[in-house]
Amino acid sequence: MSAHAHAESAHAGDTTAAGPAPVRIVVAYGFWIFLLSDIIMFSALFAAYAVLSGQTAGGPSGRELFELRHVAVETLCLLFSSYTCGLGMLAIERRNLPGFYLGFALTFVLGATFLGLELSEFAGLVARGAGPSRSAFLSAFFSLVGLHGAHVSVGLLWMMFMVVQTAAKGPREFIRRRLLCFSLFWHALDIIWVALLTLVYLMGAR
Amino acid sequence: MDPASHDDALRGADAQGDAFDDSPSGSVVTYTVGLVFALLLTGGSFLVSQTHLLWAPGVPAGLAVLAIAQMGVHLVFFIHISTGRDNANNVLALAFGLLIVTLVVAGSLWIMANLNAHMLSPAQIMQMQR
Repeated sequence: MSAHAHAESAHAGDTTAAGPAPVRIVVAYGFWIFLLSDIIMFSALFAAYAVLSGQTAGGPSGRELFELRHVAVETLCLLFSSYTCGLGMLAIERRNLPGFYLGFALTFVLGATFLGLELSEFAGLVARGAGPSRSAFLSAFFSLVGLHGAHVSVGLLWMMFMVVQTAAKGPREFIRRRLLCFSLFWHALDIIWVALLTLVYLMGAR
Repeated sequence: MDPASHDDALRGADAQGDAFDDSPSGSVVTYTVGLVFALLLTGGSFLVSQTHLLWAPGVPAGLAVLAIAQMGVHLVFFIHISTGRDNANNVLALAFGLLIVTLVVAGSLWIMANLNAHMLSPAQIMQMQR
């Protein structure tokens, strides 16, 4: 292929005809594979919960324990945090740093609110004697919901780290790649929450 | 040949002056449409589970449909899975991930239900030991 043709196709953003794909595409693909493997790990816990959800060992069932009003607020927090995270990503791609900080600050507050609500729910359950050691149902419940909560905690730490890094180094290419990975992680947590909300809370509280 | 485009091609991926939008990753409109769809589907899930809108034995199926639809909305509007050329690998990886998730969840439920159905009750075990 002539140098001219190569330059022209690179200019047009064509990634199949000439040379390797842009780094951003490759990085997003690799991180997407990590996210899918994470989802597969979650699927094992979902299967365990589905098998064990009826095994309450004489203890309280989901219908007695779950408060859907509480769960609805948690869901809204996560949905809006995904939205603000997306808006922050749009801002950083347009080199709009104030917009990015605003979007990620809102994302952080909403994520932290979600985590606080979840921890208060867990504390309430343990205080009522419905801790993870009460029954197989509650063990599976705390593993599944707790693993999602652990992911949200890691996401909050990662978010703080990335905001500091962006402030220190500016909206450069490799920073925006890392932010892209973070946003994919945050949106994937939302997808897992949708499955969790439906299987654990909505089906469990009926 | 155009020297500017040649410069663009030679410049590394980490160059400071890279193109502004190097990937089509949505707009305020896509994110807002996604949020509205997600809110509607979540509201629908709560409605279906808390009211008698659906025939009672059909509620789990209804909830599953709403949840799968919402996951699709998140994939398309937030994660930007598309049918674009750069996205073929992502779609294939997603398809493989879905296969594994289906095998793990459906397989576990099937095997455990089967074992449960074949398990002897304590009374039957006592009878065998006699």
